[in-house]
Amino acid sequence: MATSAITKKRARSSATGLQAGRFGPWGGRYVPETLMAALEELEREYRQARRDPRFKARLSHLLNSYAGRPTSLYFARRLTEKLGGAKIYLKREDLLHTGAHKINNCLGQALLVERMGKSRVVAETGAGQHGVATATVCALFGFQCVVYMGTEDMQRQELNVFRMRLLGTDVRGVESGSRTLKDAINEAMRDWVTNVRTTHYLLGSVLGAHPYPSMVRDFHTVIGREARRQILRSEGRLPAAIIACVGGGSNAIGIFYPFLKDRRVGLVGVEAGGRGPGLGEHAARFRGGRPGVLQGTYSYVLQDQNGQIAATHSVSAGLDYPSIGPEHAWLADSGRAEYVAVDDEEALEACLLLSQTEGIIPALESAHAVAEAAKRAPAMKKSESIIVNISGRGDKDMGILGKKVKLDACASGK
Amino acid sequence: MALRFTNRPALVAYITCGDPDLRTSREVALAAASSGAEVIELGVPFSDPVADGGIIQRASERALRNRVSLGDVLALARDVRRETAAGLIVFSYLNPVLQMGIESFASRAADAGLDGALVIDLPTEEAAQYCQEMRKRELATIFLAAPTSTEARLRRLAEASTGFVYAVSRTGVTGKRAEFPPDAEKLVSRVRRYTKLPIAVGFGISSPAQVRAVAGFADAAVVGSAIVEKIEANPGKEAQAVAEFLQQLLRAPTTELGMSVVQSGRRNRGQTESYGRRGAR
Repeated sequence: MATSAITKKRARSSATGLQAGRFGPWGGRYVPETLMAALEELEREYRQARRDPRFKARLSHLLNSYAGRPTSLYFARRLTEKLGGAKIYLKREDLLHTGAHKINNCLGQALLVERMGKSRVVAETGAGQHGVATATVCALFGFQCVVYMGTEDMQRQELNVFRMRLLGTDVRGVESGSRTLKDAINEAMRDWVTNVRTTHYLLGSVLGAHPYPSMVRDFHTVIGREARRQILRSEGRLPAAIIACVGGGSNAIGIFYPFLKDRRVGLVGVEAGGRGPGLGEHAARFRGGRPGVLQGTYSYVLQDQNGQIAATHSVSAGLDYPSIGPEHAWLADSGRAEYVAVDDEEALEACLLLSQTEGIIPALESAHAVAEAAKRAPAMKKSESIIVNISGRGDKDMGILGKKVKLDACASGK
Repeated sequence: MALRFTNRPALVAYITCGDPDLRTSREVALAAASSGAEVIELGVPFSDPVADGGIIQRASERALRNRVSLGDVLALARDVRRETAAGLIVFSYLNPVLQMGIESFASRAADAGLDGALVIDLPTEEAAQYCQEMRKRELATIFLAAPTSTEARLRRLAEASTGFVYAVSRTGVTGKRAEFPPDAEKLVSRVRRYTKLPIAVGFGISSPAQVRAVAGFADAAVVGSAIVEKIEANPGKEAQAVAEFLQQLLRAPTTELGMSVVQSGRRNRGQTESYGRRGAR
């Protein structure tokens, strides 16, 4: 898409992301004309807000007093001993209000909605975590809230559907396509394009058209800033690796970003390997994806040779998406981050492993990152450390876990 | 062929290609042309049509069950071109075009005898290479103008457009609407300040009264979902149903409404034709 000269120029400015809307050749703004003015307004408003000390103070106050920041960086002693290698630290985003990192971004965008004078919010949700966080901030700010969710996801994340409704949100099931996250985004975009004058689209990941990928990232970098400070305090040195799961990639970019310049810190993104390597069986965009445009942004996309978007599968609804945040595409191309895939079975095992060694039940999304840590730690030095981002807690997954896990067979964690 | 709007209102007919199959799409396109549609928009089915309402979403799903691709739509265009002089444009989402390659798309579209294209999720800012490849082959690049577009955006998209400008009648997705939005006329007069190209109004137009209303302030009316719905509802006799529907839409208005239509039509016609020709070919 872009010439190499443009790519280089854009690469330089991508440290801020905001000016260019591009990460190398990736990103951009590919939406119907009706939405362009709203994106320009959002970009303008966000530029102003991030320079406004009152905005920063309000956000920081809400993150601390309402969401429960800072979250702890917990040394997982029993897990470390069991794996017998690098020290494993867990960044406990699961301890946040609503049970996942998603609230960081939702509070930031809610403040922007207020600044823009809008009163209605639409959002998509896959696992339900972003939907719950959106429903929560809408209750807090008094916004009308509609959340679109694929009916397949509504079944597997039933508890979160009830939570959103309890918070006063109108949860609308989406029956089209694969009835998962991608289709929920389509429907949220259709609502937004219809009601754009009064409505803000509270997108939940580092996806979509500019300025969403940079803006959502910025609201999550608090994860990495805290983690960097915390690990230096505990270990006196930076970690050898940081591991996070990647659906759209918001928790991963949030923890990676403040470490980008620390070249010796390995950054590892974990995609959903699903049931296997065939197209439609997984959501590993770096394994089977090609450059393409989906839902406003240019990135790696799982698709067929005619440019039709492929179906995806993952045991975890939050990773079940055919494209990936454009900044991750750039981090992969430039070699700064590495992306691997962990399959359904490995994620389920890792969920049990963490539950039974540390008493922490991770979300199935985060369990993918735990699985990768369990693979790597034994081969690493005991003096090294790994930070695993536990992006959410597993309560929402009890339905799936109940079906997929045979408890007596797995008591070996002790 | 050039994109020309000679009637007032001119009619632009949209179909989703491959719904229910490519052979039927060919018949429907030809029937639409011979029933008075001056431009046919050949819609490329896409798995994630974010700008479309339920009717065209369902049509896309049916077409994709037949695995209809952009390549198939270009082959269909070539077939249709052999038998009609109507304007032919491709209406697509960006990703199928990207997978074919922008240069390859422009070259194959020109070979097929198409007049231009509208890529709905490609705003002018991202369209430099696309415009360049299309211009090289004298293919029209049609862009959308929306009621929410700022003046700066309208100016830019009017400059980037050739052939005609497609004014979206209201914020929202494609689909039939009973009422006619007040946004449309205002938008057309705003776009008019920046271009002498013909302006077509689309999204939500499905009745003779709406088509007549559009004739009062714009050069052409785009009818999409209403046609696709006729196709859906008349299996086995799609072409006939669409032909009858379009004839009904175009049945000449009588009485004083007709007079005002002619007058306001005359104002633009001279400009429209000469610029339309230059823009498209």
